[in-house]
Amino acid sequence: MTSIGTGYDLSNSVFSPDGRNFQVEYAVKAVENGGTAVGIRCKDGVVLAVEKIITSKLLKPGANKRIATVDRHVGIVSAGLVPDGRHFVSRARDEASSWRGVYKAPIPTNALANRLGGYVQAYTLYSSVRPFGVTAIVGGWDSEAELAVDGQVGQGPNSGAGGKVEGAEAGGPGLYMIEPSGLYWGYYGAATGKGRQAAKAELEKLDLSSGNLSLADGVKEAARIIYVAHEDSKDKEFELEMSWISSLDGPTKGRHEEVPKELREEAEKAAKRALEGDDDEEEEKGQAMEE
Amino acid sequence: MVAPHGVTGMLGEDGIHVDMQHLKSGEVNLVPVQPGMAINFKDGVILGADSRTTTGAYIANRVTDKLTQVHDTIWCCRSGSAADTQAVADIVSYHLNMYGVTNNEAPSTQVAASLFQELCYENKEMLSAGIIIAGYDPRHGGQVFSIPLGGSLHKQSFAIGGSGSTYIYGYTDAHWREQMTEEEGIDFVRNALQEAIKWDGSSGGVIRLVVLTKKGAVRHLYLPDNGYTGPGVTN
Repeated sequence: MTSIGTGYDLSNSVFSPDGRNFQVEYAVKAVENGGTAVGIRCKDGVVLAVEKIITSKLLKPGANKRIATVDRHVGIVSAGLVPDGRHFVSRARDEASSWRGVYKAPIPTNALANRLGGYVQAYTLYSSVRPFGVTAIVGGWDSEAELAVDGQVGQGPNSGAGGKVEGAEAGGPGLYMIEPSGLYWGYYGAATGKGRQAAKAELEKLDLSSGNLSLADGVKEAARIIYVAHEDSKDKEFELEMSWISSLDGPTKGRHEEVPKELREEAEKAAKRALEGDDDEEEEKGQAMEE
Repeated sequence: MVAPHGVTGMLGEDGIHVDMQHLKSGEVNLVPVQPGMAINFKDGVILGADSRTTTGAYIANRVTDKLTQVHDTIWCCRSGSAADTQAVADIVSYHLNMYGVTNNEAPSTQVAASLFQELCYENKEMLSAGIIIAGYDPRHGGQVFSIPLGGSLHKQSFAIGGSGSTYIYGYTDAHWREQMTEEEGIDFVRNALQEAIKWDGSSGGVIRLVVLTKKGAVRHLYLPDNGYTGPGVTN
């Protein structure tokens, strides 16, 4: 970084002459050292997964969760500074709760991402604060059912409200990634943290934009991708943490939940097999040809 | 004798005035305690209201428009204090328009209903507002919500409100049907309001309707001059 020593990197709210905000760029560096986090937007749900590096043998396995539930239908996973991630989640919960207070309905995932983007961006503007040292992946499922206003009495006509456009698109999966600059995009598959390059390469192979990947397969892919992304830091132990949100007729009924232990372990086994299996696969092929 | 503040449903000395919504003694221009209604029909919703505004026995306005637009295809029918309901509708309208631009999507009728309810419930001690909300959106179709005095929220097939409504509970209950056509719906609302106007002393003037469907909002007007048969569509 050529501008080090020129003083333009010391404060937020000061641009360098070539139009950069170094504090934000340093925040991105903090993210790049965090455990890999991925999110996959599937046909019938969203999966979030994170590689939790074990920093001490004294930490209780399965404790100290890195994926948080924000509202019944939304979860957040982040890479970077853990305390910053916690504060970010806390803000997300406040936003979700305030939305419910005003609109008597769950916050749409895109609206939550928008508000969080605005919140993070504000931390790049003032000299009294530093930007967030996290990149967060927000996953949610907006209900495809017609929602009543919370607390309403009565149901209206039996035959359904008049003039409804049948098959009008409503609800579905939502996946957003918010960076330290406040920039956020909607994604089919999102990856951040140390192993993001490898993870992105794997995500791109999945052809997510066609909308064919099922949630069940998404869970397996997410586990595998975290394992692939971990290859470069093999010396460190890690725990895989995964959560999912399915459609209303799926396994979580529109809620954000931890992926059940059995399923996760199954996905981990498959991931390990896939990693070790490149050689085995060829052997299998060879055998098949003999027959 | 005017009913003291806080007392509802008292007959005045003239035996006519019904202080239905405990307005302050002497508060002017309390509008539409007169009939307003909204119904679901096959393609959406229809709102209707008479046009009389009274201050005691005096008709302060005989061509009032009690059907207020708060978003493209979300309208409300105000009853109670004119000042209160106008203020509430203005606030909701502001928030719905903000919702529309910030979320890049038109608000649903539910959103409008919850905003109305929040205002009516949190400020119930200060308000005399009975509001019927009717709206159309492509996802939910037409919907009718009613928020009576205390700020509770009711989703209904059709809703009637205001002083004149007491006269048409029987009529509406007997004649409302699921899946009416637009023509049947208009006739139903117009007939109901005509009855209310006939029997209720504080209702009268013209009948205004708004039909909300996927095609948008269409206003109708029916005049007493020709027995409320026309002119019909006005926009």
